Amino acid sequence: MFLTDEEKRMRDGAEGAAVAAAMDLLIRYGAALDAERLCEVRNVAGTMTQPSPVKARLVKEGGWDKAFAVINLDSDEDLEIPSMRVPTCQLQHGFGADADGVVPYPKQNIELQASAESFYGRHGVNILATCTPYQVGNIPVRGEHCAWMESSAVIYANSVLGARTNCEGIASTGAASLTGKVPCWGNHRDENRYGTHHVRVDTRVDGFQDWGMLGYFAGGVAGEDHPVITGDFGRPDLTDLKHFGAAAATSGGVELYHIPGITPEMPTLEAAFGQRKPPEPAVYGPRERREMYETLNEIGTSTDVDFILLGCPHASVDQMRRAAAALDGKRLSPGTELWLMAPRALADIADRSGYTAVIERAGGKVLADSCPAMSRAAPKGTKVFATDSAKQAHYLPAILGIEAWFGTLEECVDAAVTGRWNGDLR
Amino acid sequence: MILTGRTVVPGAVEGEALVTRDPISGWGGIDPAKGIIIERRHELVGVCFTGKILVFPSAKGSSGWSGFFQTTRLNGTAPIGMIIGRISAKSALGAVVTRVPAITDLDQDPCDVIATGDWVRIDNGTVEVTKK
Repeated sequence: MFLTDEEKRMRDGAEGAAVAAAMDLLIRYGAALDAERLCEVRNVAGTMTQPSPVKARLVKEGGWDKAFAVINLDSDEDLEIPSMRVPTCQLQHGFGADADGVVPYPKQNIELQASAESFYGRHGVNILATCTPYQVGNIPVRGEHCAWMESSAVIYANSVLGARTNCEGIASTGAASLTGKVPCWGNHRDENRYGTHHVRVDTRVDGFQDWGMLGYFAGGVAGEDHPVITGDFGRPDLTDLKHFGAAAATSGGVELYHIPGITPEMPTLEAAFGQRKPPEPAVYGPRERREMYETLNEIGTSTDVDFILLGCPHASVDQMRRAAAALDGKRLSPGTELWLMAPRALADIADRSGYTAVIERAGGKVLADSCPAMSRAAPKGTKVFATDSAKQAHYLPAILGIEAWFGTLEECVDAAVTGRWNGDLR
Repeated sequence: MILTGRTVVPGAVEGEALVTRDPISGWGGIDPAKGIIIERRHELVGVCFTGKILVFPSAKGSSGWSGFFQTTRLNGTAPIGMIIGRISAKSALGAVVTRVPAITDLDQDPCDVIATGDWVRIDNGTVEVTKK
């Protein structure tokens, strides 16, 4: 891989041992990808603070310097970690102190994460603590090269914002944070940003649930490639595309899609395929819509629901407002819990706007920083949960060994109030 | 049988192949403490990859993929080599931080021509396969 003089100096230790270790990882990673060179990034979203047993052991052995060296730089050397070279944020992680006693989550994890936040904050990591950095001020501009993790954030950045990032990992974002570099491969390059599959919508797609099901379908069609979506549908908002992308990254491995007329990069179906003729479309009609609904509900057998999960990816302010409106004046069924996951910055807005108080009066909880899948935490004894998120309906049964129902926000609130699942596709 | 391809992580290793046609998830797909596949719908669910040469078509799912495989190395439950059908950022970084010899872009589909239990040797851009 070609290295600039600056990159060679970093590799050779001119900026210190930690930067040299970071450059060594990028060189090994670039060779593994067969990348020609590195590109500059000034926007890194990674994970350093999330508690894990391995991390706890490393911190005990050599503090957070050691944990960062081993996990975030893949280095066995004793390194002193300098300040982040480029703007770097922490994605979602475990629960914080305000969740202690509110959710079943180990106290030692809360303490480990608090010490991590203190260390990384001093080193210039912005603790956004959300899977949706683009909702709380980290909004890359079109064409900006980034090094982001979190599949639902990567697909949003590439597709909705027109920024450029691969689905990076813990070590590559760690190395990028100390160097401002990442292999110039995959989604960073013009020739790799065209569509590969055409999905033509031939049925009703309107609202949050529909965009999630369409995303789940598009991921199944395109796998790791780039679906181009056309058809007669209403204009999606941020919340709809957040759900669409998370679902497409879950059923497939989609990191980039185009919706001509809505997403910024490819204005027409023809432009989206570059020199190629658009391929025969995969049609998303009423039958496919029904199939997606049934696939996402195939884990559920018992209609006795004991847990409702909203806010995956982390809720927007509008989703919190709508949850509050649906719960206003109601009371959760005894033995049923409702958790709404949100970025801390937006939970603060929900507090000030009175939405949190309405949700809490009904017996629900607004929780920040984390989610049941990241923290492997759900209300004690949960057997059956309901969610409005295609991604959680897909993952949580495997992670927590529970049954899932997938429906609309209103159906989820109805299940929270009655303790029974009554959802149906409309 | 000799396959030729492109080195992802240099090095030589030989051992028993564990082959799947299903893409592998890291986060939510493997248990790094035990070195087993845990994804419910995966054809290898419950199977241990520790000490095997893992042959798989691609990496899928969360960006935690590489971190989970790095953890198998730190826990001593890692595979000893990887033969990857289609490389991606997830699997490339995953192979790098697992620090095991890895190869991709082979002249034949490795998931077709290698079977679980075959003896394989990865060395410098080639894979030598001895059928079980």
